[in-house]
Amino acid sequence: MKRRNIVCAAALGAALGATPVAAQDTDTTTAEFEKFRAVMEEANPAELFELKGEELWRTRRGPKNASLEKCDLGLGPGVVKGAYVQTPRYFPDVGRVMDIEARVVHCMITLQGFTYEELAKQPFSTETRTPDVVSIVTFIAAQSKGMKFDAPQSNAQEREAYELGKAIFFHRAGAWDLSCASCHGADGKRIRTQQLPNFTNPQQAARGVLGWPGYRMTGGVMHTLQWRMNDCFRQQRFPEPKYVSEAITALLTYLTVNANGTVYKGPGIKR
Amino acid sequence: MNTKIILAAACAAALAGCATKDEAAYRAQADAVLKRDFQARGIATMDRLDQTELQRICTQYHDNPPFEVQQRLEAAEMKTVKLPADGKFMGDWKRGARIAESGRGMTWSDKPGEAGGSCYNCHQLSPQQTSFGTLGPSLLQFGKTRGYTEANQKYVYERIYNSKAFNTCSTMPRFGSTGTLTEAQIKDLVAYLMDPESPVNK
Ligand code: HEC
Ligand code: HEC
Repeated sequence: MKRRNIVCAAALGAALGATPVAAQDTDTTTAEFEKFRAVMEEANPAELFELKGEELWRTRRGPKNASLEKCDLGLGPGVVKGAYVQTPRYFPDVGRVMDIEARVVHCMITLQGFTYEELAKQPFSTETRTPDVVSIVTFIAAQSKGMKFDAPQSNAQEREAYELGKAIFFHRAGAWDLSCASCHGADGKRIRTQQLPNFTNPQQAARGVLGWPGYRMTGGVMHTLQWRMNDCFRQQRFPEPKYVSEAITALLTYLTVNANGTVYKGPGIKR
Repeated sequence: MNTKIILAAACAAALAGCATKDEAAYRAQADAVLKRDFQARGIATMDRLDQTELQRICTQYHDNPPFEVQQRLEAAEMKTVKLPADGKFMGDWKRGARIAESGRGMTWSDKPGEAGGSCYNCHQLSPQQTSFGTLGPSLLQFGKTRGYTEANQKYVYERIYNSKAFNTCSTMPRFGSTGTLTEAQIKDLVAYLMDPESPVNK
């Protein structure tokens, strides 16, 4: 683990976050970021969270004093390799489709005895705190590095989750009449200097899943796609989605299935 | 609400039943699932998930409803526009600049009454501000190119107040009709676009 690079990443991230966007040139900002990302991907700060997550996975914890090593992520109890790129999927034991984070939460409840309420209380990273679930998901994700996304569509429930996610994607509501498609429905659009991937364009679908979970340089924290969905709904001026709810799983099914076939490069870096 | 009720609602909407579940059924299911899986936070209350007729129709037609429907809805939206009582459309462009810059407002992390217009999120306006979005067209030199007429001031006022009065499924929020911006704030924005002294027109 190259600790110096992590410190450096945090410092640069803070610097980028602190610079008034107003004073920056659009293209320079993007170019600088891309250069920085290229350097950082050599010594990815996400590795720190992978290591922490691996330890959490193996350690006996919670009221039931159990590890997560019997957790079935869809490929059999304890099988971690390949699980990330093959979720969301249908889990017969609970009778619903789950994304990876929903499944980890399920295992922490059933195997270790944590409660949903405590896990859902502060589910996202802040400057001072990274929830255990985030590190665990980052560890699991890293074990799919180099594998192709292959979220299954092999039964009615999985196909239904996809169609439901698609319907939610186009659902306009809220104080500002927005849907996901309002911001992610056309090519080459931006909010300020932030590039908006067009998820209705198959060529850009990969941008929804690559680099997640991601180390966010503005703020210097690790985030999963559950957080990304939460923050996009905030910007959409909707009420807040409940943590690891079916609505979010459905959206992630839509995004991931559209990106099937893309090679996953592992946890990454986000602006 | 449990899954069965949601499925029942979806099936009812499909009329044909679950076997031939079509887009309409999934739209109904999405509506029910969102209402079940979301919670109020701060000013973002659950009633925001109750789709208005316009939101429902724009969702259904992927933002391109039949012409007659557009005409009917645009006329109805225009009726919600409240013109200034004093008949003046122009406020102070300097205040308008700050309102155009602010991306705050209406999210669960905002307080009531601290909304800006998010104009730069979607539009280019002043040449000095190079951090601008492209969801909407560039408004650089808007007043200068369109003409500094009162009719154009009125148009900008109405456009900000309710963009859907001009384009049914516009991506631009209805800042006046939704109570996001006050009459005074909208006037300041009109001045920002229409005052010859504003940097937008330099
Ligand atoms: C008001 C505009 C807006 C809306 C509405 C919106 N998003 Fe986003 N979305 C953004 C912005 C801004 C980013 C960040 C882009 C960046 O970091 O450069 C983003 C990023 C994302 C990303 C990550 C892309 C990447 O490059 O890693 C995903 C996935 C995503 N959004 C999905 C959604 C979904 C699904 C919805 C509907 C629930 C949605 N968004 C609604 C503005 C929006
Ligand atoms: C979420 C994106 C978005 C935001 C925020 C937004 N607009 Fe717009 N605006 C648009 C789009 C898209 C159009 C193009 C017309 C349409 O689709 O209705 C537009 C059109 C306009 C027009 C008409 C342009 C013409 O050629 O007639 C004006 C004027 C305007 N916007 C001003 C503003 C102002 C002022 C603000 C800030 C209060 C603002 N807009 C905020 C998206 C946005």
